[in-house]
Amino acid sequence: MAEGTLTPAADREAMRIHSRTVVLPAANIDTDQIIPARFLTTTTRTGLGRQLFADWRYGADGAPRAEFALNRPEAAGCQILVAGRNFGCGSSREHAPWALRDFGIRAVVSTEIADIFRANALKNGLLPIVIDEATSRWLIEHPGAQVTIDLEATTLTLPSGVAVSFPIEPFARYCLLNGIDELGFLLARVPQIEAYEQRTARS
Amino acid sequence: MPKTLLQKLWEAHEVVPESVDTPAVLYVDLHLIHEVTSPQAFTELARRGLGVRRRDRTLATLDHSTPTRTEQVFGGAPIAVESAARQVRELETNCASFGVELLGLPSRERGIVHVIGPELGLTQPGKTIVCGDSHTSTHGAFGALAFGIGTTEVGHVLATQCLLQRKPRALAINVAGALAGGVTAKDLILAIIGRIGVAGGTGCVIEYRGATIRALDMDERMTVCNMSIEAGARAGMIAPDETTYAYLRERRRAPHGRDWERALEGWRALPTDPGARFDRELDIDATGVEPMITYGTNPGMVMPISGSVPERTADPAFARALTYMGLEAGAPLRERPVNVVFVGSCTNGRLSDLRAAAGVLRGRKVARGVRMLVVPGSQQVKAAAEAEGLDRVFLDAGADWRESGCSMCIGMNGDTVARGEYSVSTSNRNFEGRQGAGARTLLASPLTAAACAVRGCITDPRELLNG
Repeated sequence: MAEGTLTPAADREAMRIHSRTVVLPAANIDTDQIIPARFLTTTTRTGLGRQLFADWRYGADGAPRAEFALNRPEAAGCQILVAGRNFGCGSSREHAPWALRDFGIRAVVSTEIADIFRANALKNGLLPIVIDEATSRWLIEHPGAQVTIDLEATTLTLPSGVAVSFPIEPFARYCLLNGIDELGFLLARVPQIEAYEQRTARS
Repeated sequence: MPKTLLQKLWEAHEVVPESVDTPAVLYVDLHLIHEVTSPQAFTELARRGLGVRRRDRTLATLDHSTPTRTEQVFGGAPIAVESAARQVRELETNCASFGVELLGLPSRERGIVHVIGPELGLTQPGKTIVCGDSHTSTHGAFGALAFGIGTTEVGHVLATQCLLQRKPRALAINVAGALAGGVTAKDLILAIIGRIGVAGGTGCVIEYRGATIRALDMDERMTVCNMSIEAGARAGMIAPDETTYAYLRERRRAPHGRDWERALEGWRALPTDPGARFDRELDIDATGVEPMITYGTNPGMVMPISGSVPERTADPAFARALTYMGLEAGAPLRERPVNVVFVGSCTNGRLSDLRAAAGVLRGRKVARGVRMLVVPGSQQVKAAAEAEGLDRVFLDAGADWRESGCSMCIGMNGDTVARGEYSVSTSNRNFEGRQGAGARTLLASPLTAAACAVRGCITDPRELLNG
């Protein structure tokens, strides 16, 4: 049912991510930090990586802040962002996962991830990985750790070889692993939708 | 078996029930659209050659990046933010080519998406309502299941009128006791968020219940439900009652005549049945709630206005927030100078909010050095406010009076707070940079905001109400 799609949801490489981590330990990192509202006047999905965490990454003069984690040389190429609890709280802007993906991030790891952000992330091939407090603490204390996230096995493997399993919505996982397009799935249910509309006089 | 309001709405909208493997296919009764989170969804529809399935259940308006200066709204001057102008034009074009009704710049019914839905009578009990905006929770005040969605999901609803959704958990917040004088619905919801935290409602739909909630009018109920997302909840709901029906009766797009009677019969069956089980319950005593104000960089960092900034030295995020805000732990906020006062937004931009602010400002002036911006939530709110002379009260006091829109709540339309400035705002988010890069936002009620404007510093509104 799924033809080729623009959405990165069909990215089969999302199955396994092997990368060093970049760490932002703060709790409650909201979507206004991930992508400030003034950049939301775009009408496309691409190119937002440059403005990811803009107000933390750049000073008032526009120059990069050398001390910010994402600006450090060792952050180059990192695909896994480890963050404090309640990551992605705030607005429904899908620009937040778009910006993270455009920057090169493929998974966000936290003890808690806000509802709308999590849903948006899954629709863009960005894995929202929720882990326990102890694992989170270890990851926050060891930035740059080499970890593996395996969506098929639903495990995050630490450098020690210890694998921690994470919960993920089974349908989203299935779609990501099999390149299923959710809109295609919904369109295939049009007969049921029509029946519902007739049944409930919503026609 | 007794059911909750959420359960009844959920079951009534299941096109296909959820299973272990697949989420429910949930029907959407009303889809509201605005310029910021829809362009990429329309692009996707066009790419796939799809149309809008139910144009009659889709309504668009311009609010987020839309300017509030009269000459930019009605012509005479170009929209100052060029990318915003492009976005406004793109929604106009998309609505024209997909046949979606747009309450555009010239419309007298345009306004903030969460203000116009109720105002037009489109927001009704028992409906599922979605919008690409997290404050869609506002509409839950009518006993609707209303929540924010991302742009991909906006595309799903445009194409199929449905969403793939897992059923959220139900959290009951039972509020008892009368609100004291000078204490508003905004203070109540800020107190609730302070109590449960900014992630306290994650995974949940909150149903606000109890005598205090029943005593609130519809504007106040909307303020409460609006900020449910600030507690991490997808949605907030309040069961419909006579207050709800009195608000909706005779609204232009509410049912009329026999349809009204039929609708009413259905609505009366919606409230949570006695004995229905919630996943979690929480009791709040409203009698002790004081006028509240935020001191930090999320809405959970909130305190009574008469109090002092708490001390949590062990928490680095807390220290970081205070550094950003330029505030000290243990110090009172009262008497601290403010630079900007903003009255408006989907939280507090309705007529009763403007009346409350005008009540404080009448016969008084905005303090020297303070910039006050009053932005009605919709063009209808604007017209009603002007009909009773509220615009004169604001203008005579030295405040700015604008066309409707999100304005300084989101700062992407030309209305911003400058770096380092303190803004007392009736909006919903005090995140870093929310009102402009480096801006310092203190969330409060319209009464408190107006009192701060008059005195030029953080002020307990009760000082001016009693004086």
